[in-house]
Formats: sequence, structure tokens, C-alpha cells
Amino acid sequence: MVGLRSSSSEMDLDRPNIEEYLTTDSIEESPKKLHLRDLLDISPTLTEAAGAIVDDSFTRCFKSNPPEPWNWNVYLFPLWCLGVIIRYGILFPLRVAVLTAGWLVFFAAFIPAHFLLTAHNKWRRKIERKLVEMICSVFVASWTGVVKYHGPRPSMRPQQVFVANHTSMIDFIILEQMTAFAVIMQKHPGWVGFIQKTILEGVGCIWFNRTESKDREVVARKLREHIQGADNNPLLIFPEGTCVNNHYTVMFKKGAFELGCAVCPVAIKYNKIFVDAFWNSKKQSFTMHLFHLMTSWAVVCDVWYLEPQYIRPGETPIEFAERVRDMISVRAGLRKVPWDGYLKYFRPSPKLTERKQQIFAESVLQRLEEK
Amino acid sequence: MGNASSMLTQYDIEEVQEHCNYLISQQEIVSLYQRFCQLDRNAKGFISADEFLSIPEFALNPLSQKLLKMVDGLNFKDFVAFLSTFSSKASLEQKIELLFKVYDIDSKGKVTFKDLLEVLRDLTGSFMSEEQREKVLSQVLEEAGYSRNCSLLLEDFVKILGKPGLKIEVEVPVD
Repeated sequence: MVGLRSSSSEMDLDRPNIEEYLTTDSIEESPKKLHLRDLLDISPTLTEAAGAIVDDSFTRCFKSNPPEPWNWNVYLFPLWCLGVIIRYGILFPLRVAVLTAGWLVFFAAFIPAHFLLTAHNKWRRKIERKLVEMICSVFVASWTGVVKYHGPRPSMRPQQVFVANHTSMIDFIILEQMTAFAVIMQKHPGWVGFIQKTILEGVGCIWFNRTESKDREVVARKLREHIQGADNNPLLIFPEGTCVNNHYTVMFKKGAFELGCAVCPVAIKYNKIFVDAFWNSKKQSFTMHLFHLMTSWAVVCDVWYLEPQYIRPGETPIEFAERVRDMISVRAGLRKVPWDGYLKYFRPSPKLTERKQQIFAESVLQRLEEK
Repeated sequence: MGNASSMLTQYDIEEVQEHCNYLISQQEIVSLYQRFCQLDRNAKGFISADEFLSIPEFALNPLSQKLLKMVDGLNFKDFVAFLSTFSSKASLEQKIELLFKVYDIDSKGKVTFKDLLEVLRDLTGSFMSEEQREKVLSQVLEEAGYSRNCSLLLEDFVKILGKPGLKIEVEVPVD
């Protein structure tokens, strides 16, 4: 569902019924004769608008609740100060050192492998895979990541994709340290983009661009090609399309669910006890986000690898996507909201407003007939 | 989270409460302030039209453009005052006055046939033709004793909508 781009008609047929989630208009059930007051009384519409201003289920998905301050006490405050000193003065430099050492080892092995061996050399791919897993483990160690994995580890075979809920770019790092996934990502600027280009090309990455309208078909084709190859790394997709605050899930894009292969859901839940891992990309750059993580005590999370799902006969890709989203939300304790994550960047489709207008217009015309 | 805007002091809360005639409780004001800061992304002190439209539920409301004219650029005090009309404690007159202001968008003090048409157009879109809208409006106006050419004043609105009253209530969620 996109606002500014031209919307394709297929999305209307497959959409889940959003009206079930939104507040219903208070249209009288039994048609009565139309009076002036019925046309003047716009209170239901006004109430909905004001309700949305005061609180709405979409913005809630991206709100990072600040933790309760616990340092409000005469003896807790010095403890907290001590904590700050340890975190910034001792832990952070240590972690930076670990990270730097990790990168040096990585490059020492990666550069020779990358340039000396040809692109399709089996050994090169094996080495690059192991190296990427290693550098991700180093990253996780640099925030003192405590990750508990549940369920069977992903295996490397064709005709499968992995889908997971998305809270921050570190989701990728946490999953990557266990298995070298290929991933589909938005191209980022800066040093992240550099890493994407050079290193992740080795594990196999597909790029997309949110703002390109023709992009979808190109990406769909690349996805299909990737899952055919038996030698390719398993593909990881974040169908939400954007980072959400780990309390809610927004609607899954159906791209991953219409490839005709197994979909393996992965649920990720962060424990906010030591740090809130949500990356609010509008408020923070990724570097600041990493800095925030590296100056906290630990990143604690659970990862569940769930049972692979197949599309059922008679199920549309959108229904399949919702079913998998259900599984992931239940497993990770997240609430579902019926919004498209891209609404962060685009306006809602005018079709939704038109639907409301249609309901009201039909009711007025119907009541006009009543004498 | 930490926004650049200053935290609310007790004085600020009381000032805002007075400005909205004590229709909003102090806790609700704190809650609304959090919401205001969340919507006002670069801590300008007011919420721009674009930021209101980034709320999908608001953007797809048929009357969003009319309401935007009323809320665009409001500072926090006026923002709360605007929302206070939606409190359950607000009087019926205040709510009817809000409705009147939505129709009388250019604040002439009276609502003309053209204003009524405009709101009806927002509410029905392309699902009713302009003639149908004019016909419906003329018909119900006549039946209520008004002609097409006369404008409605606030007293007329009160008379038409006064009984059995309006239900416009929004609750402010308080953590």
C-alpha cells in the first residue's frame, strides 16, 4: 500500500479488511428519513480525527518509551554515576579495542581471500562466510550481547527464505553470527554503505530502493533467482520493511510470501532491562545507535527459529503473510497493528478515505429514498 | 527519549489548565505534552500540517484538511485548548461551536449554503454528484424551515443540534 506512488490494482483485491481494525462510522442501521441535523452532525468524523491526534496505533509502533529512572535516590544516584563511569570509561574503550582487533583479523583474512581467489571459488565463499560470521560475533561481543537461540538452526538448502521481525539493523548481526544469511537491504549511505558493498556482497545481498517504483519487480526476480541456487546462502528478509519498536508488528509485505517456497519464521524479542535496542532511524544515525549500545551494560535478546511454513491451497500471499506475522507476534509477545510500515515515509492511500466517503454517501442517498 | 523542548513545570501545567478552563486534568496535560513532543519532531514548539498528516488515521479522515486549518501551527497551550472541546466535561454549546467553526472555515460568523456544500463534498467525495449534493441540502434545509439563500448562525446550529445533543468525546490516555 503506497500513497504517493501509483498504486497497483492487485493490492486492493488481496488487502485484509482494514475496516475491521479502524473505528466504524456510526451509521444508523435502519434507514430513517434524512433531516438537516443528520447532515450537519459531523461528530463521528470529528471524534475519529481528534482521537487520532491524541493517540494512534501507528505512531505507537515507533515510540521508544524511556525507562523508569531508578537513580532518583541519594544512595542510588552515586551508584548510577559509578555505573556511568564504568560504562563509558572502562567498558567502552575495552569494547572498541575488541571491535578494532576483530576488524583487523577480519581484513587480514578477507582481503587475501577476496583478491587472490576467483569469485566462484568454493574456498573463497567458505572463508568469506566464516569471516562474516566471525565479525558479527565480534560485534555482538562488543555490546556484551546475551543472545539465546531457540529451535533448530537454519540449514543451507534451496527453496527457503527466512523472515523475521525488525527492530534495528543489529537484528541482522545477531542472526548472522549464527548463520551466514544472504540479506535484502536498503542501501545506506556512509560507512554502513561501504560495508554493505564490499563485505556483504560476499555472502550474497540484494539491494532495493524504497523510492523506486519499478524496483519491486526487479527485486522479486532477484529473490526468485537466489532461492533457486543450492549454493547460495539462506536468504533473510525483514517483511515489515522498517524498524519497529519491538512491542508491535506492522504489516508484512507480501514479497517474501509469493516466491512459492518454504518460509521459515524467526521471532526476535529484546529484553529492555539493560538497553532498548530499538533503532529510531529518524532520531538517530546508526553510528549513534551503535555508540548507545556500546555504552550500555548488555543487549539481551531471545531468538526463536520457528517451524517452516508453506502457503496453503486457496490462501493468498497476503493471508499467508498475516498468518506468519501472527506466529511471530505470538512467539515474541508483540501486538499486531494493521498499518503498512512504509506509512512512515509515505501518506496513506486515498482509497481508504474514499471508502469512508462511499459509505457515507450511500447512506445519505439511501435515506433520501425513505419518505 | 529526551526532546530539546523543556520539561513541563507545575506552573506551566496550571497555566495550560487555566487556558482550557479546567476541562483537562493535570495528568492528561502531562500525557498530551508527551504526545505533542512526539508529533513535533524538531521541537519547534508547534506541530506542522505535515506532521499531523504523518498520523495515518488522521490523514485518511475526510475532514482532515478542514481540521488542519484549525490545528496547524498551534502551540501547546492552544493545542490543549482545542482538544479540551472533546473532553466529556465540555459543554454542549462548546461542542456545537466547534462544529460551527469547522463549517465556517473562513470565520465569517455565518455558514452559507456554499460552506455546507463544501463539508458535504469532503464527506462524500466522488460518490455523489454535485447536483445530488445540492438537491439533498436544499431539501433538508427547506424541510427544516431554511431557504437555500439564508445563512445559518450559531444560534441556528444550537437549535438544530441542541436536542438530543452531540456526542463528541475523546479520552486522553494516561499512563
